[in-house]
Amino acid sequence: MVPHNRALGLEMVALEDGEARMRLPYSLDLVGNPETGVLHGGPISSLMDACCGASVFMKLPSPVPIATLDLRIDYLRPATAQQDVLAHAFCFRLTRNVAFVRGVAYHAESGEEDPIAAAAGAFMLATQARKP
Amino acid sequence: MTLVELIAEAKACGEPERLSRLIPYCRWMGISVKYVAGELLGLLGYSDMLIGNAALPALHGGSLGALLESTAHFQLLWDAETVVLPKTIDITVDYLRSGRPVDSWAKAILTRQGRRVANVRMEAWQEDRERPIAIAHGHFLILPEAAP
Repeated sequence: MVPHNRALGLEMVALEDGEARMRLPYSLDLVGNPETGVLHGGPISSLMDACCGASVFMKLPSPVPIATLDLRIDYLRPATAQQDVLAHAFCFRLTRNVAFVRGVAYHAESGEEDPIAAAAGAFMLATQARKP
Repeated sequence: MTLVELIAEAKACGEPERLSRLIPYCRWMGISVKYVAGELLGLLGYSDMLIGNAALPALHGGSLGALLESTAHFQLLWDAETVVLPKTIDITVDYLRSGRPVDSWAKAILTRQGRRVANVRMEAWQEDRERPIAIAHGHFLILPEAAP
């Protein structure tokens, strides 16, 4: 397991063809505003990076190392304090070198249709040229 | 004391380090902000829990994203005449090199400061500032009362 994902308490919820779902449990350690208890953007970034990456693995015909090329996060509305954050990412295009991914972060209560953040990213795929 | 009062006090004392200590997530991550040779820099002190790829090893993309975003927040807090808590509208991070298991630094530059929105560029590096490991740009809402 990825050390930072473990530290955050990230859980894999579901894996499907080209899609991944993960959960970030609410924790006081991850709060960005101590007055409201709302989570910082950092753990949302980590959640989206991890979930987007997982969706790429679910799209690859055979596993190769991947690296995040870029990741954009739109914070659509503040997260609600005390609530876990769920992520759903899907890899919608895979080329020989690059995978393109989109995803959303949301609360179970309000659902995926009313997300708190949206992500769009691209991942580089490691070349398999020098396989033994 | 309210958060805004604590931030105002940190600014009045000229001690940016106090800002990062106010944020639970920054304390947990080991993110701090320092005044180095006349400029405000964000610092992500290395710890094993920041790793995203244990095989290389390399820092998690989210660890670097958090450093960049936090550094922008601190710069905006420090520059504003009154205390306005910045809210991230969006942030785009370009990952240039894998982050090695050492301390990382970041600098945020305000490219445009409007009445409601600030455009900010950010850069993160490790030993060599000329070889950034990640760059970012983002938009931040800066409204006196945290209205959306």
